[in-house]
Amino acid sequence: MPMSIEADQGLYDYSTRPQRTPTPEGDPGLSLSDDTRLGLYTRLQELRQLEKRAYDLFMQNLVKGTSHLSLGMEAVAAGFGQAMRADDYAFATYRGHAHALSKGASMDGVLAELLGRQNGLMGGKGGSMHLSDAARGMMGSYAIIGAHLTLANGTAWSAQLRDSGQVTVCFFGDGTTNIGAFHEALNFAAVWDLPVVFVCENNLYMEYTPIDLITSVDHPAADRASAYGLERIVIDGNDVDRVYDTALRVLEKARSGGGPSLVEALTYRSGGHSRADPGKYRPAEEVKAWADYDPIIVYHQRLLARGFGEETLTEINNKVADQVNQATEAAKAGAEPELESIFTELWADGGSTWRN
Amino acid sequence: MAELSYRDAVSRGIAQEMRRDPNLVFLGEDVAAAGGVFKTTVGLLDEFGPIRVRDTPISEQAILGAAAGAAMTGVPVIAEIMFSDFLAVCFDLVANEIAKLRYMTDGQVSLPIVIRTANGAGSRFGAQHSQSVENWCMMIPGLKVVAPSTPEDVIGLMAASVRDPDPVVFFEHKSLMATKATIPDGEIVDELGKARTLRAGTDITIVALALMVPRAMAAADRLAEQGISAEVIDLRTLVPLDTRTILHSVERTGRLATVEENPRLCGWGAEIASLVAHEAFWNLDAPIVRITTPHIPLPAANNLEDATIPSVDKIVDTIVSEWA
Ligand SMILES: Cc1ncc(C[n+]2csc(CCOP(=O)(O)OP(=O)(O)O)c2C)c(N)n1
Ligand SMILES: [Mg+2]
Repeated sequence: MPMSIEADQGLYDYSTRPQRTPTPEGDPGLSLSDDTRLGLYTRLQELRQLEKRAYDLFMQNLVKGTSHLSLGMEAVAAGFGQAMRADDYAFATYRGHAHALSKGASMDGVLAELLGRQNGLMGGKGGSMHLSDAARGMMGSYAIIGAHLTLANGTAWSAQLRDSGQVTVCFFGDGTTNIGAFHEALNFAAVWDLPVVFVCENNLYMEYTPIDLITSVDHPAADRASAYGLERIVIDGNDVDRVYDTALRVLEKARSGGGPSLVEALTYRSGGHSRADPGKYRPAEEVKAWADYDPIIVYHQRLLARGFGEETLTEINNKVADQVNQATEAAKAGAEPELESIFTELWADGGSTWRN
Repeated sequence: MAELSYRDAVSRGIAQEMRRDPNLVFLGEDVAAAGGVFKTTVGLLDEFGPIRVRDTPISEQAILGAAAGAAMTGVPVIAEIMFSDFLAVCFDLVANEIAKLRYMTDGQVSLPIVIRTANGAGSRFGAQHSQSVENWCMMIPGLKVVAPSTPEDVIGLMAASVRDPDPVVFFEHKSLMATKATIPDGEIVDELGKARTLRAGTDITIVALALMVPRAMAAADRLAEQGISAEVIDLRTLVPLDTRTILHSVERTGRLATVEENPRLCGWGAEIASLVAHEAFWNLDAPIVRITTPHIPLPAANNLEDATIPSVDKIVDTIVSEWA
């Protein structure tokens, strides 16, 4: 029987749907060094403060175009970034500022790129959605859903051929698990035993649609793992210790020839999908519950409970704030790209000539 | 010197480059153990082994993604897409990733990739296995586009494509596979972006590509019988485009005809016609003629397919009927 128009509309009022709140499990009690913990905390602060600054620059209309922030989701990029080797490869989506930074891209390179300046990571040619720093293994940010999972197989294949021990980590969203490239990439990685780790940041929404309404299984990535002979891994993506611990395990597995992994990290974006989105389609209590379970709040409290001093953490916060301020100034001081650069770097000869 | 088919030239070309560069790898569906559905890659697995010559799942996006990722990190790759029609299922990788990555990253990465694919009509395969899609690729900035018409060009242009640091889409024509020619021994290396004048003439310049080249040559013989002296140019590569050879020829002949297997709209000949109309306008003695497949999908039956793609008769008739 066809649904009534009324029923249809009810189905699409997402803000009144049952909320999906976090399920904290507390300190996992890992044996990590103080330096490691402070390193994770510092990285979280860097990602948070830099993206807040990016947001402010947007609001001041200094950044054009669109932007997709990872505010609230930083623990995934931070945990993996701290666990990766400097020469490992990373791939991100258009929501890739945090991943570029955690793979070692400079703050001023990132901000200058957002501002469209010559001193941006890609000289203003890429913009917010395409941050890349190949020299640091940040192999790019991609704005066509799914494609970069297949590219990640390629860098992993290259590492396998060269026997280099490098692992590729590929970040993507829950919505990405419903496109064909995701499934092609996973099967391919599995049959070729590639040293690649696929990390699904399940923030419960694709753009504006709740992921459970459009996905045949509860866990969009993990519940598909068995189809590719992979372990089912779901982790708390707001707990940076747990992310870091899982990252170490799957990276080591890939590095030692154990093949690919698929990790689903549960998290939540505190803002909208992109700059234009106020995110009103989400139940208010859900937003509140996740805001209370913010990865930085969680980690701050954990470190205090573990005996780190408030001053130590404040000192880190302030140091990062200084770095972000300096990066902002450096980015703003950058010149606009030379117009001649429009015609450079299409081809390896540096130019863009297509005829004689 | 040895007689070699276009089909065997493909494997000889790949083998020549795999011998030269021990890092070069090759992947695709049924390319290793089976030697390719067109038998163009026979013997490669035996010579180079299963690490460098690899069979893949039916996953065109995964194939090109793997090629791109490997290339970005310094491993040159040849990837086969079995039929060029299938480029449509992985066109994101072709048009949005492979073509744009160097530019988007302002030159942080190079993509030494050759995407080989079987193109064109003549096999009665119908609308989804017969298309000429070189114009799909020609219109994307960042791709080089090659379509050889002879066994020797297959080898020489394959070498040039592999040695080129940019992505190349290499179209092998299905209906040329069985054609043979005598080929010199030893390494053959050609150059991208160089058209070849196959026949000198004074009255009209005929520009053709791939399967249309032998047809244009046969048409030129017939036109000569009617007193029309045609110059025939095999374009060989669409990007980079050798406009100089075309323009110099038209400056002398005063007339231009393109012979294109692609459907009418936005075929490669349209770009050439526009260039010539702009840059050799005062040399033209007559309107430019485009001879193409009509703007329809390809039918399968013998007579229908034959009547659809440009034939020698159609080339001759069109040129003669336009002659004033
Ligand atoms: C092939 C393709 N289809 C649609 C889009 C438009 N789009 C951009 S982001 C997005 C949502 C992706 O959701 P998810 O994978 O969960 O990532 P998130 O944005 O939540 O991090 C969509 C549909 C796109 N960029 N590419
Ligand atoms: Mg999402």
